Amino acid sequence: MQFDLSDDQRLLVDTVTSFVKKESPVERFRRLRDEDSIGWSREVMKKMGDLGWLAIPFREELGGLGGSFVDVALILEQLGAALVPEPYLASIVLGGMALAHAGNAEQHGRYLAPAIEGSKTLALAYAEEDGRYDLARVSTRAEKSAKGYRLSGKKRWVLNGHAADAIVVAARVGGEVADREGIGLFVVDRDAVKIDVVRTMDGHRAAMVTLDGVEVGADQRLGDEGLPVLERVVDGGAAAACAEGLGLMNASLRITRDYISQREQFGLKIGSFQALQHRAVDMFVETELARGTTILAAVRVEDPDPRERQRGVSIAKVHLASGGRFVAQQSVQLHGGIGITDEADIGLYFKRMHVLNALFGDEDHHLARVAATG
Amino acid sequence: MDLSFTPEERAFREEVRSFIASALPAHLKPKAEIDGHFEIDEIMEWHRILFQKGWVAPHWPKEFGGPGLDVTRRFILTEELELSGAPALLPFGLAMVGPLIMQFGNDAQKKRYLPKILSGEEKWCQGYSEPNAGSDLASLKLRADDAGDHFVLNGQKTWTTYAQYADWIFLLARTDASAKKQSGISFLLCDMKTEGVRVRPTLTIGGTHAFCDTFFENVKVPKENLVGPLHGGWTLAKALLGHERTLVAAVGSSARTLLRAKRIARDTLRDGRPLSDDPLVRAKIARMECRLEALKMANYRAIAGAKHGHAPGAESSILKLRGSEIVQGMYELCLELMGHNALTWMNPDGTVPGSEQWVGPNYNYLRAATIYAGSNEIQKNIIAKLILGLPS
Repeated sequence: MQFDLSDDQRLLVDTVTSFVKKESPVERFRRLRDEDSIGWSREVMKKMGDLGWLAIPFREELGGLGGSFVDVALILEQLGAALVPEPYLASIVLGGMALAHAGNAEQHGRYLAPAIEGSKTLALAYAEEDGRYDLARVSTRAEKSAKGYRLSGKKRWVLNGHAADAIVVAARVGGEVADREGIGLFVVDRDAVKIDVVRTMDGHRAAMVTLDGVEVGADQRLGDEGLPVLERVVDGGAAAACAEGLGLMNASLRITRDYISQREQFGLKIGSFQALQHRAVDMFVETELARGTTILAAVRVEDPDPRERQRGVSIAKVHLASGGRFVAQQSVQLHGGIGITDEADIGLYFKRMHVLNALFGDEDHHLARVAATG
Repeated sequence: MDLSFTPEERAFREEVRSFIASALPAHLKPKAEIDGHFEIDEIMEWHRILFQKGWVAPHWPKEFGGPGLDVTRRFILTEELELSGAPALLPFGLAMVGPLIMQFGNDAQKKRYLPKILSGEEKWCQGYSEPNAGSDLASLKLRADDAGDHFVLNGQKTWTTYAQYADWIFLLARTDASAKKQSGISFLLCDMKTEGVRVRPTLTIGGTHAFCDTFFENVKVPKENLVGPLHGGWTLAKALLGHERTLVAAVGSSARTLLRAKRIARDTLRDGRPLSDDPLVRAKIARMECRLEALKMANYRAIAGAKHGHAPGAESSILKLRGSEIVQGMYELCLELMGHNALTWMNPDGTVPGSEQWVGPNYNYLRAATIYAGSNEIQKNIIAKLILGLPS
């Protein structure tokens, strides 16, 4: 057992922390949220590419740095702590990893390389109406056509779908709606699909994607059977949510502690009241536990045994759902009235936590997986 | 990051497991199987077996007769002992006064007391709490008056678990009534056979006599039984809280009780089908499993930190807090799964399945887990101030 960060990892954390402090204080997210924009900055994404952060999880022959998911988790934790809005999760962990796992060299060069540079971004479209968290429930069809395939169907809540240059889409090449076989992955230019931009609770944008007989070439299909890749990638999304969520928990606890340490009522700092101290300790306990479960998810998500992978990720996601939600809710509670205002940052953390909990499987979904693998 | 045990550590686990399987006396096995209440003689029988093996005090250094195990192997040994259902050893000598004597005692005291703690020849109990000094331990009143070559003790200690069987008691006594609360306290060792010591066992809600009241009436304690400086006992009291924080999470016990819950869910039928088929029941069990796994990760982090010689980190402060809640939660889960069988109380074998027989008493007694060794509320006070730095 070994939990110490390597020198490289410590350096990475320091670099990300100081970058975020300089380039992306919370006000920046707030401004982008309120402006008429895509909600993040292509310039900042490019800087992240220049720093090599977007290359970390990919193999060297794909232009990556061959890092581990723990490295990715360390980055996401710091990005989460400052509510950095750039689509690291959507473009790298979801779209990028799907391409890396399923694509061939030509596809890697065309779609993944620019995403690793940060000059273009990706998205992954998998969720459908009535599908909930069942990745095999794909009703979007991919029918053989003269050029290759014709895609028809609707995808919901596609993270970064509104801004991505290309979207990886799960579509059925055969079988019935919930069959585990017959699901293909296709990489599609965003301009080829219909995008409806939607708002998410945390102030980000996402897309509802309609594929209305979109023609794609046979060379846009990624690999063969898509479901195993999709399952692996979405587990990566869940592990990433845990890491970002850990950053949110840490920041929420720190902000709340600072607030109750200076706010006075009854002539005393309210942080001296035992009821509030004990609540703050309960938040601390959940946060400390989240550090351990996040490590568990980040290590197990790369386990070649799907059962080990699912189990580790699900344990962590269950803890994020219960512990993360608790910290988010109590942070607002301990702020009192100011916590309910949009001007206080704590509400932004609260909202982001709830979005993470609704993504990549909720508490019930992951509890059922733990029960199935226990 | 590496979450796995080394091949050598895994081999050690196997060694521990097979030793327990072969060394646990056959007449204790049925009780171990159902986590029944072990009598003192049974506990001490197992103590002596582990002493012979050299494993009775996993955390004692070699120079005092400990096995000289590293922190990971200490954890593995403790976890496997808990998982096996073998009698839990009395902690008062091995985990409490022993380490304090090692740290603060003089050579004569180390020589006199440590070997007999290890061998089990002398049993100990703890004299800290008093009727009016529980969480506010420093307000304790038991007096130890200077009488030349000895102290004279008058007062009462309470929650002196297993005092009825103890040969010795270690206690905190007030040696300077004029000093402010913490500074007038000394740490003394008292022979339970001394004239004037009287023990009254108390029936616990678990249905067994564990706690006692212990009364002191003009009890003479030689001055050589003072450990550490005169009036400096509070330092020892605090040091006790810092010992072996990597072993307090009880992950082995909780893992064992989780297995019990799963077994009850499998063996209990509703509408002709096992409870374990019910998604609600499965989710309930899975939730406790997640809580336990999260605790394990915190425990592993604490172990890895200790192995590298780091001071106990923030993660180790939560182990007792969350560990005790989970110990209780596991029994609560079992009790819930039992349905009507949860009514049973100390009935003859066969009234309910053996796996359910001791759930009620254990559930009751383990309400103490969040109270003893510094109640969880006291733990939270400490964390709020020392770790979160909240204002006082």
